Amino acid sequence: MEGSIALPRAPAPATAEQAGDAAFYARREADGALTLHAMVEGIHCGGCVAKIERTLAAHPAVISARVNLSTRRLAMRWHGAAELATALVAKVNALGFKAVPYDPARLALADRAAETALLRAMAVAGFAAANVMLMSVAIWAGRVEGMEAATRDMLHWFSAMIALPALIYAVRPFVHSAWRALKRGGVNMDVPIAVGVALTAGMSLFETLNGAEHAYFDSAVSLVFFLLLGRYLDLRARGQARSAAERLLALNARSVTVVDQSGSTSTIAAERVAPGSIVLVAPGERIGVDGVVAEGRSDIDTSLITGESVPAPVKPGDAVYAGAVNLGAPLRVTARAAGENTLLAEIVRLMEAAEQRKSRYIALADRVSRLYAPIVHLMALLTFGGWWLVMGAPWQSSLVNAIAVLIVTCPCALGLAVPAVQVIATGRLMRRGILLKSGTALERLATVDTVVFDKTGTLTLGKPALVDAAAIAPEALRLAAGMARNSAHPLARALAQAAEVPATEGVREMPGAGLSLSTPDGEIRLGSRAWCGVAEDEREGAMELWLKRPSMVSVRFAFADAPRPDAAAVVTSLESRGYAVKLISGDRKPAVATVAAALGIEDWAARVSPAEKTAFLNGLAQQGHNVLMVGDGLNDAPALAAAHVSASPTSAGDISQTAADAVFQGARLAAVLELLGTATVARRLVRQNIGAAIVYNMVAVPIAVLGLLTPFLAAIAMSGSSLAVVGNALRLARRRVAWM
Amino acid sequence: MDVIAYLIPIAIFLGAVGLAAFFWSLRNGQYDDLDGAAERILFDDD
Repeated sequence: MEGSIALPRAPAPATAEQAGDAAFYARREADGALTLHAMVEGIHCGGCVAKIERTLAAHPAVISARVNLSTRRLAMRWHGAAELATALVAKVNALGFKAVPYDPARLALADRAAETALLRAMAVAGFAAANVMLMSVAIWAGRVEGMEAATRDMLHWFSAMIALPALIYAVRPFVHSAWRALKRGGVNMDVPIAVGVALTAGMSLFETLNGAEHAYFDSAVSLVFFLLLGRYLDLRARGQARSAAERLLALNARSVTVVDQSGSTSTIAAERVAPGSIVLVAPGERIGVDGVVAEGRSDIDTSLITGESVPAPVKPGDAVYAGAVNLGAPLRVTARAAGENTLLAEIVRLMEAAEQRKSRYIALADRVSRLYAPIVHLMALLTFGGWWLVMGAPWQSSLVNAIAVLIVTCPCALGLAVPAVQVIATGRLMRRGILLKSGTALERLATVDTVVFDKTGTLTLGKPALVDAAAIAPEALRLAAGMARNSAHPLARALAQAAEVPATEGVREMPGAGLSLSTPDGEIRLGSRAWCGVAEDEREGAMELWLKRPSMVSVRFAFADAPRPDAAAVVTSLESRGYAVKLISGDRKPAVATVAAALGIEDWAARVSPAEKTAFLNGLAQQGHNVLMVGDGLNDAPALAAAHVSASPTSAGDISQTAADAVFQGARLAAVLELLGTATVARRLVRQNIGAAIVYNMVAVPIAVLGLLTPFLAAIAMSGSSLAVVGNALRLARRRVAWM
Repeated sequence: MDVIAYLIPIAIFLGAVGLAAFFWSLRNGQYDDLDGAAERILFDDD
């Protein structure tokens, strides 16, 4: 009789589900040692690093274990069997962390390589800028003190020898990007940069060859250095999003256990499972394929897919979807679809499609540069034409003046204006446990006027808790809690937490129904309404457990998903600042209504499917609203991607975190206020910075057009404007957001 | 003034040595975990 198997206590889902795959990711190296890479959640400080490293190093087989605090990654090496990986990962999880093994070969290393390349270019440009500037100071001093022409020419030659190779090396990132833009028939900020640097270097070399008075090597090199700095900061800000996005890959790479005809099991990657195969799903494991239950009865947690907070019972013949977690007994599932064809993959596709629509948002800096490049080039052309044709100057000196315009307008401050603010805003949010993933998220956040929340796991903690524990007879509560301690079912766990009693011996679990305990007086049952033989009433479908004792009235335990502690305050605060607050959930109507009433949200909807959520958001967008969507379930992922901007708690599903623009840690919802506040201040600073850059150009350009720009003036003006812009951005790091 | 013909190359050479040292440290992974490096100094045992 399959329904009455006495179950061992199921381990916590997170631990078993992740640790089960660990051996799959272990790689044997040439020297026979095994390596495993894992992303570790929950690392906050050096203490966590030390704890993990010491615990692992204490294991006799482990050669080395090293945690990278910046990227929250663990790399370990050990001798012996690959299966040891499971035990080692479980050790880390037992410390209270969550280690997710991954295959480093699958991760996008391109960004990392780009970051290193930029750093190298920056080092070369910085080295050249310092040395050329040193000689420029000598030349400027020489102009005042009366330096001989021969000495000046020699210093120019030395400058050229340092600057030209350095420029050729360091300007490549800009040239590549400008070339790509030109090939597409467009113009970006890098086109004037590449043209300006090339012309400046070329003209300076020409002047040096002719023994002329001015050479602008210092301007060209320091310009490239400052721009690389801006570019590097920009990449770093976006790079912090990378680790979050990479979790999606880890999820996709999940392995499943397949049983073949002879009954032997093998572990293979989920996407390689053929339809019709029998897949074994252990308790606590995430189901890797879409399919039909062939054998076994259990409860599955589908909250990732449907947002439903009550686990659903399944029996042979029921359909299950990839992404659901098996909570009860072992299941055998006949695979219908795997990998690309699962519902999970379908949701990912829906999300990607929405994301592509969103990527049409054009960052402020890009909009400015679209105007900027043509204006600057036209101005240089007019300068050349004006001097040569109108004023009758020789073409050489006309060209010098035109190039001076290009040098002085090179978007140095503009290139730093936005990234500097973004990096500081990102860093500020990160210190408060909020990870900003998208480069333009800050700009989009600043325009938000409507905030849409999901319920389960977002406004609420996503964990059921016993309601009205005081109203329940203490002996019934203690009995039920003792029995409940034997089950991994979320409601049973919540019940067990309500009373401090040891686990009762001899309890048997009927997956999908409840628990049973035989006593001399008769059977005691704890479980669903049907299991305890209670008649249906209007409360049907709510989160509840019943306790049935021989010849006694059955006791009902009701559960509710408690709102986050500060949810009501955050909703009030948002409304008082003029944001429209809405609640949409895939959960049942009574559950949503309760939360909406408790938090004072008037505009809410229940039983909303993922596609309807997306449609709802698109509708709001068509009415001209900019929506911030806050959600956590996989069912929210398409909506998160479709919204103007989105945020997820770190307790959210991997895909939701990938879809969201921002991810926040902890139980507090106030992160939403912090996000909106920081974005508003950041927008103000960006506008100030762009304004400052425009004012600078309005002063500097006439000087260059009139042919009065000396290398000395150019160096002062360019460095000065860059420093002013960075200094202004730094104000964000220190200041408090006014309305927090 | 002839002396600067020697001094400048020497200065540039020294700067280049510093640049090479930076490249070495970059390749050696010294910048992979800046947050961790700041904390590791406080560990007792290693």
